[in-house]
Amino acid sequence: MAGMPGPHDIGGKKFGGGQGGGAKNAGAVPRGEHVFAAWENRVDAMQRLLGGGGRKVYCIDELRRAIESLPPKDYFSLTYYERWVRALDMLLVEKGVLTRAEIDGRLAALRPR
Amino acid sequence: MAHDHDPPAPVDGGDHPPTEYELLERALRELLIEKGVFTAEDVRRTIDDWDTRTPANGGKVVARAWTDPEYKARLLADSKAAIEELGFDVGPAPQIVVLENTPQRHHVVVCTLCSCYPRTLLGLPPDWYKSKEYRSRVVAEPRAVLKEFGTEVPDDVEIKVVDSTADLRYLVLPARPAGTEGLSEDELAALVTRDCMVGVTNASAPG
Repeated sequence: MAGMPGPHDIGGKKFGGGQGGGAKNAGAVPRGEHVFAAWENRVDAMQRLLGGGGRKVYCIDELRRAIESLPPKDYFSLTYYERWVRALDMLLVEKGVLTRAEIDGRLAALRPR
Repeated sequence: MAHDHDPPAPVDGGDHPPTEYELLERALRELLIEKGVFTAEDVRRTIDDWDTRTPANGGKVVARAWTDPEYKARLLADSKAAIEELGFDVGPAPQIVVLENTPQRHHVVVCTLCSCYPRTLLGLPPDWYKSKEYRSRVVAEPRAVLKEFGTEVPDDVEIKVVDSTADLRYLVLPARPAGTEGLSEDELAALVTRDCMVGVTNASAPG
C-alpha cells in the first residue's frame, strides 16, 4: 500500500505519455452541468442516511476508502454517482448489512429480460 | 420475485433502459428498506432536505459579511460559529473556513482527492468541480483554469489554491463589487454566485 497512491490522487497529475515521458496536463475543464437524475439524488440520500445520522453504518473515511479502491479504469470511466453506488455496495457487504447473494438475487430479479 | 409493495422506480431522464448502476441503486435501496435500515420516507425526506441547500445560503453569509464589518470579523475568525449564527446547520463533523479575497490575494477551492465541498452552504457540487481536469490542473496552473471560467487575475495578485478534505471545507468570501453601495443586503446576496464562492469567478455588480 505504502507509496502507491490510488487513482483518486490526481492533484497536479499529468496524463498520457509513455515511458519516455510526454504526459500532459488534462484538457480544458468540462463546463457542462447536468441536473442530477432521480437515481443520483437517491444515491446521495442513501449515502447520507447510511454514513451519517443515527445509523452510522460506516464513516466518511470508509466511504472514501471504498471509492478510492475501485480499479483505476473504473474510477475514471464511471460517473460520480456510479462510483458512489459501487462504494455503497462494497461497504454494505463488508459491514454485513447485506450479503452479496441478496444483492445479486435482487439485481437478477430487477434486470429487464 | 414480485415486489408488489414497491412501485416501479421512476424513469430517469426519459426512456432509456435502466443502466446496471441504476439497477444497483434500486436493489440496494429496496433491500435496505425491507431490512428496516431506513424507510422510503427517510430517502424522500433526505432528498427534499438537501434540495433546500443551495448557493443562496452561502450568498446570505457573504452579503452579511459585506454589510456588517463585525459579522465579517467573526466569520473570518470562527467561520462555523458565524455561519450557525445565521441559522445554517453546518453539521457536527466538518470544519468550515471562510477565506477572504483581497486586492493582494485571490482564493480558489478544490478537492483534489474527491469532491469535498461546503454542501450546507452551496448544495451539491457541480460536475466540473468533481472532474479530473479541474482537480488535477487547478493546483498546477490556476491562472489558466480561472481563465477558462472567464476570470483574469492580475499578475500582482497572488492566487492561493486550497485543497479541501472530508473534515475541512472552504468557502471563498469574494470581494464586494464596486458600484453596489446602494444595494440592500438581499440585493447583494443575489449577486453572490456559487462559482464566486468557490473562487473560480469574482462577484460582479448587476447589469
